[in-house]
Amino acid sequence: MRRLLPLTGILLFVLAWHLAVATNDGTLVPSPWAAVLGIVELAQKGLLAKYVVASLFRVTWGYLAALIIAVPLGVLLGLWQRGEKAVNPVLQLLRPISPLAWIPIAILWFGVGDVAAVFLIFLASLLPLTLTTINAVHNIEGVHLAAGRNFGLTGRELVRSVILPAILPQLIVGMRITLGIAWLVVVAAEMIAVSSGLGFLIIDARNAGNRYDLVVAGMILIGVIGVVLDAMMRRLERLPGVRWGYVAE
Amino acid sequence: MKVVFRNIGMSFGAAGQANHIRVLDDISLSVAAGEFVCLLGPSGCGKSTLLNIAGGFIQQVEGEVAIDGEPVTGPDPRRIFVFQERGVFPWLTVEQNIGFGLFDKTEAEKRERVAHYVQLVGLKGFEKSYPRELSGGMKQRLEVARALAVNPDVLYLDEPFGALDSITRLQMRRELLRIWQAERKTILFVTHDIEESVQLADRVVVLSARPGRVRRIVDIDIPHPRDLSDPRYIALRDEIFGEIGLAHQV
Amino acid sequence: MKAGSMKDEGGLAMRVVLHPSSFILALLAAWHFAVVATGTKIFPSPLDVLRGLNDLPHLGAYTRDSLFRVFCGYVAAVILGIPAGLALGWWSWLAKAANPLIQMLRPISPLAWMPLAVIWFGVSNLAPIFLIFLASFFPVVLAAMNGVRNVPPMYVQAGRNFGLSTTALMTRVIFPAVLPRILVGLRIAFGVAWLVLVAAEMIAVDSGLGYLIIDARNAGKRYDLVVGGMLLIGVIGLLLDALIRRAERMKFVKWAFTE
Repeated sequence: MRRLLPLTGILLFVLAWHLAVATNDGTLVPSPWAAVLGIVELAQKGLLAKYVVASLFRVTWGYLAALIIAVPLGVLLGLWQRGEKAVNPVLQLLRPISPLAWIPIAILWFGVGDVAAVFLIFLASLLPLTLTTINAVHNIEGVHLAAGRNFGLTGRELVRSVILPAILPQLIVGMRITLGIAWLVVVAAEMIAVSSGLGFLIIDARNAGNRYDLVVAGMILIGVIGVVLDAMMRRLERLPGVRWGYVAE
Repeated sequence: MKVVFRNIGMSFGAAGQANHIRVLDDISLSVAAGEFVCLLGPSGCGKSTLLNIAGGFIQQVEGEVAIDGEPVTGPDPRRIFVFQERGVFPWLTVEQNIGFGLFDKTEAEKRERVAHYVQLVGLKGFEKSYPRELSGGMKQRLEVARALAVNPDVLYLDEPFGALDSITRLQMRRELLRIWQAERKTILFVTHDIEESVQLADRVVVLSARPGRVRRIVDIDIPHPRDLSDPRYIALRDEIFGEIGLAHQV
Repeated sequence: MKAGSMKDEGGLAMRVVLHPSSFILALLAAWHFAVVATGTKIFPSPLDVLRGLNDLPHLGAYTRDSLFRVFCGYVAAVILGIPAGLALGWWSWLAKAANPLIQMLRPISPLAWMPLAVIWFGVSNLAPIFLIFLASFFPVVLAAMNGVRNVPPMYVQAGRNFGLSTTALMTRVIFPAVLPRILVGLRIAFGVAWLVLVAAEMIAVDSGLGYLIIDARNAGKRYDLVVGGMLLIGVIGLLLDALIRRAERMKFVKWAFTE
């Protein structure tokens, strides 16, 4: 009985959804079943794989590019107090600006297409990852750094042997959260700036023929993939090299 | 008899399962009104569990605890638990913390009570301070004041001085004895520190390692204030050392 | 203990160069020279941006509309989200039942709800307000829920010990204990709301700062207004965030932030 409990929330939701649509005759909102059939239709037309891959592709490239820059930058700024103080106001100013606000500039620089979308993901991920890294470096126990220095480690060795392992738990949590953000942004970016992917599917399905069943099908797919991505990142949190950093639940 | 433990037994985990542990076995004990009793034992022997049962926070598996003849079935303001100093509410001032349990008193009564206990525990001048501005020892005294303000019959203290440095601990023990002698509450005090138990208690209940059983009850028949070089003190302390099976040398 | 910073090198010269304001000035200067040097006709210089914003007649109205929408959606999320989060935190069976649903809904970008929002609310202010509500709801609920879960059991035990009824326990112990964490959640949720606002305004409405950015480009490649809009969004977002941070310094919650 206990194990069924988590399912009841979803079941109730789906039931309520079905009833709401069934009792409301003129509504355009599709029933749960229609949405599922929509997914099947996409799979049959070969669009399912195509759109999912397109979205994942953009997320992966933009996210990895941001990661490669953010971690070294974050470590540098985390250790270099003066540098961080100088740069911080700019970072804080950029934070409230939605990545989507960069769309016109992205299109200006890269034209409409994949590169613009990847750039947006890159932008959306860069700031949170950098801030997380800076924060993680600040949170390193001073005694660990002191011990590292005591044993004669400096510069690159200190970073490799003490700093990187020490920030890993917090960094991975930040990476998981940022991946979630990247996934949100890619969908939004695709609604505006490109012509493939799950975000595009949603806008196009509606514009091209009021196919709300495909709209909702797209939303479900987005939700499921988002959960899967998050679960994958959570597995990383269980690695022994990372697990130590979390308080026992 | 104020507090009576009758054949208390306690286990965690379902019987027959791998995680089943028996933590307390056949504990019987009577505490007189106004008495200061220490529950002494190594870590994990169940002394905190026993205290929680007496406070009504955990339900025992066998046996019964009765206070003034009434069985304990849940938490009650007549028997207040003092945790380590982390138990004070950080969002309330010293005054507000002490007045916390006094919700059925008039404003005037409340103010009078709070003032009395602020004075008693030596926190005068800090009435409007927040716990984060106080030292560990002061926070501990605050928690005792909060407990006393509701005039409970019994006070339970669970290793309250554990987080304090040893010098502060000595001072706090003196403070606690002074307060106890002023208010004469019945006190059950859990500790793993042999010296502490002999310095404070009228009787020391020595518990065995898990499952906790009463090994011995030692009467500390020295009047307060107790001299730490007094031969009787040393003799009693050594008796307990021996009971627990510890050698004399480091 | 804060990780030690590298030994503070350099004296006065370094301090001047790396002071926050000189860094910003340096960036602005670099931006200006980049525009001049590349001779670009499209990308604006800092001065172009200021001029463009100044000449724009609707700027006040757009800002007002954006603020109105974000507050409506945000306040609704807070009013509904806090009790929901408290309930989920207190009754763990409720949280277990609701959790998979929340996890499924969370990754769906609020923008993806746009078509449905338009069905339900038409092309009006309500559609973006609904999106903002959706976006802010989850952070608020999660903050309240985690706050309740992390109340040290000692406080609840002490409350019970003093004879508090369940309602008194909630108001006198749980709520004050949870308040700091909720405030942090409120601040984060507002940040999210502000981000989503801009995105929401890009699609279904015809006023507001988000709309300004898209329209400025579409209607005449006015990149000075595009960049101006972005900077304005950044500044206002920052100001509002600072306002909420001030709340964290209130006496009643200060205790949690100054350990």
